[in-house]
Order: sequence, then structure tokens, then C-alpha cells
Amino acid sequence: MAEPMMEVRGLRKSFGGVVATDNLDLDVNAGEIHAVIGPNGAGKTTLIGQLSGVLTADSGTIRFDGRDITRLPAYARSRRGLARSFQITSIFHEFTALDNVALAVQAHDGHSFHFFRNARREERLRAPAREALARVGLAARADTIARHMSHGEHRQLEIAMALATEPRMLLLDEPMAGMGPDESQRMVEILHGLKGRHTILLIEHDMDAVFALADCITVLVYGRAIATGTADEIRANEDVRIAYLGADEAV
Amino acid sequence: MRGRTAPPLSPVGKPGVAMVDPSLLFEQLLNGVQLGILLFLLASGLTLVFGIMDLMNLAHGSLYMIGAYVAAKVTILANSFLLGVAVALPATLLLGVALELLVFRRLYARGHLDQVLATFGMILFFNELVRLIWGPAGVSVPLPEILRGHIDLFGLPYPTYRVLVILVGLGVAAFLYWLVVKTRVGMLIRAGASRREMVGALGVDVARLFTIVFGIGAALAALAGVMAGPIFSVTVGMGESVLILTLVVIVVGGIGSIRGAFVGALLIGVTETMGRAFLSEIFLLFMSRDGANTAGPAVASMLVYIIMAVVLVFRPQGLFPARTG
Amino acid sequence: MRVAPSTVFVALLLVAFAALPVYTVSFEQPFYLALVRRIMILAIAALGLNLIMGYGGLISMGHAAFIGIGGYTVGILAHHDVTSAGIQWPLALAFAAAVALVFGLISLRTRGVYFIMITLALAQMMFFLGVSLEAYGGDDGLPVLSRSDFGGAIDLGDDVTFYYFVYALLLACFWLMSRLVNSRFGMVIRGIRSNEARMQAIGFATLRYQLTAFVLAGMMAGLAGALLANHTDFINPEMAHWTRSAELLVMVLLGGMGSIAGPIVGAAALLLLEELLAGITEYWALILGPIMIVIVLFARNGLLGMIDRWSGRDG
Repeated sequence: MAEPMMEVRGLRKSFGGVVATDNLDLDVNAGEIHAVIGPNGAGKTTLIGQLSGVLTADSGTIRFDGRDITRLPAYARSRRGLARSFQITSIFHEFTALDNVALAVQAHDGHSFHFFRNARREERLRAPAREALARVGLAARADTIARHMSHGEHRQLEIAMALATEPRMLLLDEPMAGMGPDESQRMVEILHGLKGRHTILLIEHDMDAVFALADCITVLVYGRAIATGTADEIRANEDVRIAYLGADEAV
Repeated sequence: MRGRTAPPLSPVGKPGVAMVDPSLLFEQLLNGVQLGILLFLLASGLTLVFGIMDLMNLAHGSLYMIGAYVAAKVTILANSFLLGVAVALPATLLLGVALELLVFRRLYARGHLDQVLATFGMILFFNELVRLIWGPAGVSVPLPEILRGHIDLFGLPYPTYRVLVILVGLGVAAFLYWLVVKTRVGMLIRAGASRREMVGALGVDVARLFTIVFGIGAALAALAGVMAGPIFSVTVGMGESVLILTLVVIVVGGIGSIRGAFVGALLIGVTETMGRAFLSEIFLLFMSRDGANTAGPAVASMLVYIIMAVVLVFRPQGLFPARTG
Repeated sequence: MRVAPSTVFVALLLVAFAALPVYTVSFEQPFYLALVRRIMILAIAALGLNLIMGYGGLISMGHAAFIGIGGYTVGILAHHDVTSAGIQWPLALAFAAAVALVFGLISLRTRGVYFIMITLALAQMMFFLGVSLEAYGGDDGLPVLSRSDFGGAIDLGDDVTFYYFVYALLLACFWLMSRLVNSRFGMVIRGIRSNEARMQAIGFATLRYQLTAFVLAGMMAGLAGALLANHTDFINPEMAHWTRSAELLVMVLLGGMGSIAGPIVGAAALLLLEELLAGITEYWALILGPIMIVIVLFARNGLLGMIDRWSGRDG
């Protein structure tokens, strides 16, 4: 069997006395959507932070696409093909949606020590950016300034920016955070459309979405993976029921 | 503002003296400690303002200057140093609090650029105001009889007044320690320094806390100015020369940290004083007289900044950062 | 395409600059020639500062240090009878760039209040260095006895020629900035200001771009320093004093931070305001100080922003 796209072994991270990631092992296979779920405070965002390179793990290794990226800074991981979206929208508010995505394209188009040509007129950057916006359904809003867009559109923009970097793998941190049912449905469709073409690690609270999309689910509690498996396996798992799903049988 | 600021404070070493007299060494060391104490008074107040209110206040030196001027003038007028101190401290404190309520309150929400420029405007204003009221010439502060003598320290006669400055400074350090560690206000200060957003969320009257912190800073600056008067010259622009060193202390010590301010202040104070006094001597050991006389003062003037740069390479947040997040 | 009033204003200002020598020569007012020449020189430095601050979000309180470095390179070389511009000026730019690189590497490890303080301290270090150089006048400074020699091509000794030389350089820098701001490089700098974490997340190694901008700005200030040394026929440590850096910040803010031409307008406004106030009272700083505070508190987009707002079209 082929090596997993991402292989995490023995990941540990503490803040002062608090253990956020506790000896975590995780595999994400190419082309699959691997969801990480767990109660608040389980360390999900800390995990994404370590995988994307924003946080440095205390110990453990992370292998991506066959290479060890544990010590690599965030921008280098992005250039290797590991893209990330943020739980709390992190975009360029004063720029238009197209500018936002074009920047992401630019980051992966060689260096940016070009001082004279107007970047907004470079089709090399604008065309792929438009494409990414279209894929998430924001084509019509390309020239809207980000600040003037709705929250749901921001979340879509987050995905577009991640896609524009032509990633091998996406780390999506609660893409549906703060969305109403219609918007969530649209996001599920978008993510479903990405399936197969991209490898995705998805952190989400929306259980419907998770069970609809995920090929594989890992349950994280207090920084530890207490169970990993398919949706059915997880639903049936006693430990998971107790720790996370609670007495709520209607899942 | 136009007047250039001379390198502050220490007496120039004597070129040509090949051997360093141990009593001279000790004297300069004490001078360095005393400078460090003054820097501590300024830095501790300012670092709290930076850490808790995230306010870039360049006018801190102006309060120092005003404290020095008021003390000097009242001392001369009333022929009483005690009265000078007694008037200068509350007067400057009042001015500081007034500024906080009138101007600084509007600046907290603004970005650092606005704060830098607004406080720069204040510096221009206060320097000119002082020049207008008391003239461009410096003022020398006459000390009362008791404080004019020398005390015998390990066989070395050291000016009584300077010893007093060191003692008062240490006293203030102890007081601040008690305030920050043992009192409720202090707890809020520590919380504010490391997690500013939380303090407001806890239901504390943030505006009042800010005023208190600013007031503490103003009082400390005033005290530093009052004590500095008799030692250094009281001139327009004295605030700026000491402000730079204060900022270096804060960078080295860590924003929001009083402990950092203390350690940083002593480090910078001693380095600055002894560097200027002895670096030429040290260079004389392996350089020609001319070389040492050029390189000595040049490197001495850069020494504290080199230290700052070195600290930043290894610990960009300073030696004792208060911010945990 | 409708042209913004602020653009018209800037165009008129530049035309006025071009036409000024005609007036000053005809009416024998060399003072104004020198004043505007000084405005233009400082505007060049301020243009660089606008790049890193207005567009880059880096509040550098030490920009004047590079003016000092440029000026001292020219002044010291002239003192040693090296007056060829072909030697002086490249060296001035090179030193400014080198020091900017070192200062940038140290300061760009930090952000916010730290960054401001460190740039301030490092620049002041240069000031003290200048003061300690007894051989070159210490804090009294050093006269520059002969201006840079361009080998007959440009005679800096002739006031009007010098004036147009500065004007040409100003236009060149202005043009450079206008290209830069919208180029790929400019977008990166602006993106970093907007959201540095996101820039890194999408794959930009942000430090190298900020450092480049910092060095570029430093070189422009170095150029201004070389010009200033010739303009005042004098160099002194004062050129690098932090209050000069603060003045440059005021120029950028006063003109309008979101615009490329802001620094030019700001430089003109500040220096003209100082002249005006100095004519009124000896204690002009007493008025300038509060004016600055008022501007900061109430005129957010500077003069160019106000012009656009008054004419009913927001910039």
C-alpha cells in the first residue's frame, strides 16, 4: 500500500502545564477526507497549528508527501503543497476577493521580486484566481472588497485561497464555523466536489457534514486520539459515545 | 527639539592613564548603579504602560523633565530642597493624570503610529513651554548642607546624595514589588500585562485601571526627574536623552515586566557608565593612543545598543517577558 | 475615467515645483529655491518611509539614521578630498543599504511597540556614533567644502541646476514607488501589513520581502542624505537624530498614508508650516506640537484625504 500522504507519529505539545497534544499518531491517505472531531478544548486547532507549521511541536514527527516536514516553517510547507484554511477568518480585508486569491496564486508562482509590472494585470495570476473563486461559488463576487462580504462568503473565500495554491493536501479548520444551514449545505457540496482530487484533513463540529463527507474519522479528546475508523465504526464505538457523542443516540 | 542631545550622563574617562585605579573603578560602578536606578524608575512605569495599555508614549521623558524643572525652581525660590520635592511630585503627577484623561484616553484605541506622533507633538510642546517659561539655559539645583558631603564606603568617599538616590531607588523597587505581587491592584496589573483582553472581560473598570497605571508611571518619572536634577543638568531636552536609554532598558528587560526593568536598568546603567569611563583604557591595551581615543568613545556610545541587539538575537521578547501569549 | 481631486492637486504641486526657479530667479528670492529644494530632498526620504510604513505597516522611528549615513559618507569623503560623485554616491547608497540590512535583520524579529523602540534605539546609536567622531567634528559637525563632482555633466554648485537635479530624482523616485506599490512585490508588502500570518500560510517567506523593502527605503534615505550634504554644505549628527525620524513620520501621515504622493505633499506642508510659524513666533514649536496632536486625532487620511473628502469624493 502506498505511503500515506501525511503521517504523524508521537506528536506532543504542552503549554505550561496543559497538554494540548498527547502522543498523537495519525495517517491521512491520498485522496481521502479525514475528519478530526472532538469536544472543545480537545486540541484540534493546536493540531492544525502544528501540522501547518505555525506551532512547533515539542516532540514527534510529521511526514508529508514522503518527506519530513517537522522542522519546516509554515511558508515552506505551503510551498510543498500543504494548504490551510483558518477557523477564525483570516483574509485580506481591504483587498477584493480576486486580489485575495490572486495573492495565493502569486505565492506559488516563483518569487515576487518583481517591481514594475502591475500585478493586477497579470493574467497568469488572475485567471487561476478566478477559477478558484468559481469552484467555491464566488465568481460573481470577484471584485467585491472582502470587508463587504458576508461571513459565509468569507468562509468560502478561505477555501478558495487554499485551493489557489494548488495544494496536494488541505488542512481545513472548521470551514463551516458560524454558518447557517443553507450555507453549510453549500459548503458540504463544495467539499464533496474536492473529494478525490485533493487530500483533506477536516476539523469540524457539524456532525452531519462529517458523517456525510469523511472517509475516515479520528476522535480527539484531551489531545489524544481515542478512536480512528470509518463513520460506522466511530458511531458504534463505545468510548466515543461516552466521551463525545454522549447519550445522544440520534446521530 | 532642535538642540542636539549630548551623550548623557557619565564623566569622560581620562585618556592617557594607563592603569585603572580600583577606587575609580568602584566609583564608576556606583555611578552606574545610580544611573541604573534612575533608569529603573523611568522604565518600570513606562513598561507597564506599554504592556498594559499597549501605548507607545514618547512623552514620558517630558514628565521627567517637568519634575526636574519644578523641583529645581521651587528649591531655588523657597531655598528648600524638601519643599522642591514636595511640590514637584504631586504637581507632575497631576499633570500626568490630566494628560491621561484629556489626550491619552483617545489614543489607546488608535494605532501605534498615532500614539508616536501625538506624543512627539507633546514633546515639542513641553520642550518649548519649558523654554518659554524658564529660558533656554540649564538650571543647577543647590543641595541642602546635609546632602552635600561624602559618605565613606569601604574606604572610598562617595557623594552622600548619590547614595541617597540609590537607597530611594531600591526602596521604590521594594515598594513596587510589594504592590505588584501582594496587592489587588498589582494582581490586575500583572494580569493586564500578560493578558490584556481578559482583564476587561473580568468586569474590571479598565479605564480606571489605565489611569492608575499611567499615574504610577507619571509619579515614578517625576521622582526620577526630581532626584536626577542635582546630579545631571536640568535642561530642555533632558527627557529625550534619557528616554532612549529607558527604551533600551525596556526592550532588554521585556515589555510589561518590572523585574525585567530592574535587571535591564542596572545592566544598561552600569554598562553605559563604565563603558564610557573605561573603554578607551581597555582599548589602550592593544591599540595606539590615537586609535583608542577614536575607537573608545565611538564603541562606548554604541555599547548599550550592541547589548540590546545581542539580547534580541537570542530572546526577541526580552529577558523577562511578561506576555505569555 | 474621472480623476480624483487629490491627483490634480499633486500634479499642480509638481508643476509648481518645476516652475519655481523661474520665479525665484526673476524676483531674486534664492531663499524659496533652497526651501523647496530641501522639501524635495526630504520628500525622497519620506517616499521610502511611506513604502515600509504606509504600505508595509512597519513604523520605523529610525529612518533619519540612513539620511545621516548618506550625508556622512559624502561629507567624510569630501573632507578627504574625494569629491567625485561616481565614488561618493554609490558608496553612500551602499553603506545605507548595508546598515539597513543589519538594522532590518535585528528589528524585523519583533513587532509592534518593540519594533518601534528598536528602530528608534538603533538610529539613535548612529547619532551617538556621529557625535563621538571627533575627527569629523563630533556634535558640531563638519562643513562640506566642495559639492559632489559629476564631472561637468551636472554642476551642483549652480543652485538652479542642483534644484532641477533634485527635482528629477524626486520624479524618478515617485515613479518607482508608483510602479512598486502595484507590482508583485508591492502586493506582498501590502499583504503582510494586512495579515502577516495569512501571507505565511499561503506560502510567502515574509521576512525577505520586508527586509528588501527596508533596505530599499534605507537607500532612498541615503540618497536624500547625500543630497542634503550638498544642499546644506554641512554634515552633523543632527541629521540622524530621532526627532528627524519623527518629522519624516509626520510628513507621511500629514500627506496621507494611503497614497503614493502623500509624502511629497506632507513634506511640503510640514516645512511650509514650520516656516510660517517661525515667522510668527520664536516659540513656534509651541503651536506645532498641538497642531500635530490635532492632526493625528482628527485628520486620519491626511491632506490628500481631506481634499478628496471636501470635494465629495472619498479617496
